[in-house]
Amino acid sequence: MNEQATTPRMPDEVGVPDPFQYMHPVLKKNYGNWDWHDRPRAGVLRHVSKSGDVIYTVRAGTQRQMDVFTIRKLCDIGDKYADGHVRFTTRSNIEYLVADEAKVAPLIEALQAEGFPVGGTGASVSMVSHTQGWLHCDIPGTDASGVVKGLMDMLHKEFVQEKMPNRVRITTSCCQINCGGQGDIAVNVQYTKPPKINHDLVANVCERPAVVARCPVAAIRPAMVNGKPSLEVDERKCVCCGACYPPCPPMQINGDDSTKIAIWVGGKHSNARSKPTFHKLAVANLPNNAPHWPEVKEAVGKIINAYKRDAKHWERMGEWIERIGWPAFFEKTGLAFTKHHLDTWTGARYTMNHSAHVRF
Amino acid sequence: MKDGDPRDDNKTTGEGVHPTPLLDELEDGPWPSFVTGLKRLRDEGAPNNRKMMNDLLGQLNHSYEKRLGFWKGGTVSVYGYGGGVIPRFSEVADKFPESKEFHTLRVMPPAGYHYTTDVLRKMCDIWERHGSGLIAFHGQSGDIMFQGTDTEGVQKAFDELNELGFDLGGAGPALRTAMSCVGHARCEQSCYDEVRAHRTIINTLLDEMHRPSLPYKFKFKFSGCANDCVNAIHRADFAVIGTWRDDIKIDQEKVKEHIATVGRKYTIDTVVNMCPTRAISLHDDDTLEIDNKSCVRCMHCINVMTKALSPGDDRGVSILIGGKRALKIGDLMGINVIPFMKLETDEDFEKLTEFAENVVEFFADNALEHERIGETIDRIGLPAFLEAMEIDPDPNMVNHPRTSCFVRTDDFDEEAAKWFERKAREAGLRVAE
Repeated sequence: MNEQATTPRMPDEVGVPDPFQYMHPVLKKNYGNWDWHDRPRAGVLRHVSKSGDVIYTVRAGTQRQMDVFTIRKLCDIGDKYADGHVRFTTRSNIEYLVADEAKVAPLIEALQAEGFPVGGTGASVSMVSHTQGWLHCDIPGTDASGVVKGLMDMLHKEFVQEKMPNRVRITTSCCQINCGGQGDIAVNVQYTKPPKINHDLVANVCERPAVVARCPVAAIRPAMVNGKPSLEVDERKCVCCGACYPPCPPMQINGDDSTKIAIWVGGKHSNARSKPTFHKLAVANLPNNAPHWPEVKEAVGKIINAYKRDAKHWERMGEWIERIGWPAFFEKTGLAFTKHHLDTWTGARYTMNHSAHVRF
Repeated sequence: MKDGDPRDDNKTTGEGVHPTPLLDELEDGPWPSFVTGLKRLRDEGAPNNRKMMNDLLGQLNHSYEKRLGFWKGGTVSVYGYGGGVIPRFSEVADKFPESKEFHTLRVMPPAGYHYTTDVLRKMCDIWERHGSGLIAFHGQSGDIMFQGTDTEGVQKAFDELNELGFDLGGAGPALRTAMSCVGHARCEQSCYDEVRAHRTIINTLLDEMHRPSLPYKFKFKFSGCANDCVNAIHRADFAVIGTWRDDIKIDQEKVKEHIATVGRKYTIDTVVNMCPTRAISLHDDDTLEIDNKSCVRCMHCINVMTKALSPGDDRGVSILIGGKRALKIGDLMGINVIPFMKLETDEDFEKLTEFAENVVEFFADNALEHERIGETIDRIGLPAFLEAMEIDPDPNMVNHPRTSCFVRTDDFDEEAAKWFERKAREAGLRVAE
């Protein structure tokens, strides 16, 4: 018997790959030695090194979930019109690095001809940072790629130009775990009903103490149901967050009557000007209306338009609202302010107005 | 290939093709369509890609109809590792058997997401042979996601990707794949060598990624400045943010050029008035003055005047611990527990790595199951964490001192003495041991 044939290949634990082997030679040569940058047009960055070297970056939007044909097409463009070196941004935009300015215009033309929008720089609406949804997630309330396709079709114009007051970062998430993260606008699934429990399956599928421990409001307790060990939910306490669903799939949280979409505003990662902020609830209970989600698009459109009309240059969404105040935000967007906008979680008191500062 | 079939098997372009009326509606519009890509794999892909994609599209359209997902998790891994694969088994495999297993490989990208077209093509070739032909650049975890293969394909694809120089990322209760911004490679605002910090820390702690044994996930993210392009403060348990201690560098001639281009009022509105600590004045001769003692290194003025202003020369990092999203106690941002650490020399990097190891070890020893380190700190209090890490308290760690009087302070004098002793040492005075 051939010993070697039956011995599995053990992994070579190489860890994080060394990027210098893939990096554009001008980036490699000027690593840590850059001087300044500007943006000759939307979608193009020019970085100038202290050595005098110049590198142009052309940024284009992708669908993130890419078939090999699309990736090869992007590579063909990179070989023919650029220098064969690319990178991706955290928002799934592809960036072509080119040393020769003469290559920039033909590269842009080639990308646009193949349907890849060039933009996403500066005060634009960049690609939505998003999650997996129905395509691959085990606990999704909605699809991600579909919502994003709809939103970016609507916002395409704002991706290819820099006409917003400052950059707009949108995220989407298919459940309240919020893998898409904080954003100027966050489009997130918000469940509205407690989990529906299949008591026949709980004992076999779920580690019950772990599920009890997972609940943020201690609403779950062990129970015997129809003679079987199961779990029950105190529905008066339940906040419908879905935290019990991943460790216990028989506690189904998603469903046509429960899966709604909420839109949050004013999240900011950057420390520029104001400190980083979390996004805040703008509107909830929008329908999960595949394949176009028109109600979500309409609400996002209202928010973006009000911000674009009203904010000062360099104000991010949250900073604009901070200046004009929440009464004006709800007035300008035409959205409703309800009791559900009043926070009830730990620390909620710090979100209230403890002053005589009011706006009319 | 799964069935050894040549490409002339036209099953997926014939009668067996699932209709996808709802997905078809996502092919119009100016943004690139993922549906068009999936269909191309179905119609023109390698034979194994075609069948899998036909059933995947069928299942996805079914999801669009029912407005529900139909995947369940499970356990799939490669030889030698415990994590890095996201297993997916279909709950509707009777209708869509060819995509009944649709596992994802999380693969760590090069730090800073640099690629050549050559290496991207090689990845495509591997995934066309052993998977579905669908790749996401990148997932929210920071990984390249090779989406869709069966259990056998997982090992084959990994072996070839590993030969190409790539390794699996993190999943489950483990060290997770890290992210770093473009930084030193292309950005003048970068205050440290992100590639080195990223690779050194992750590759030192790699065992915690490949063999999950932590209480819960642990994420590192590396941003070269306070613009925090990889969202570290919100999303990382351990955020490394570039900063500097000395003065912002001002090129007054370029300040004048900027003002001549955009106007004085616009400069006052967008630079002077937007400084969060009112640290900037504009002189009558169009030169800028910055009160660097008040400056908080937020990056705003440098972002606006990219040619005239730049970070100082005495550079390093701030480290913030404990960022995470809602589950379980609510959103947390990182707490700035190391306001400044120099990060230039080999010794500096060793110190950073040692601190990272200490924090992860503390997390492993003290966090409850399914608790993030931010929650642990919230539960035990920041002073206990600082004591364990042997870090002295610093006013840069807080927005303001405590407002609650519920604290026992009978050793206040001893603690104050430590503060004065530290201040004396920092001032270069000799202090008796």
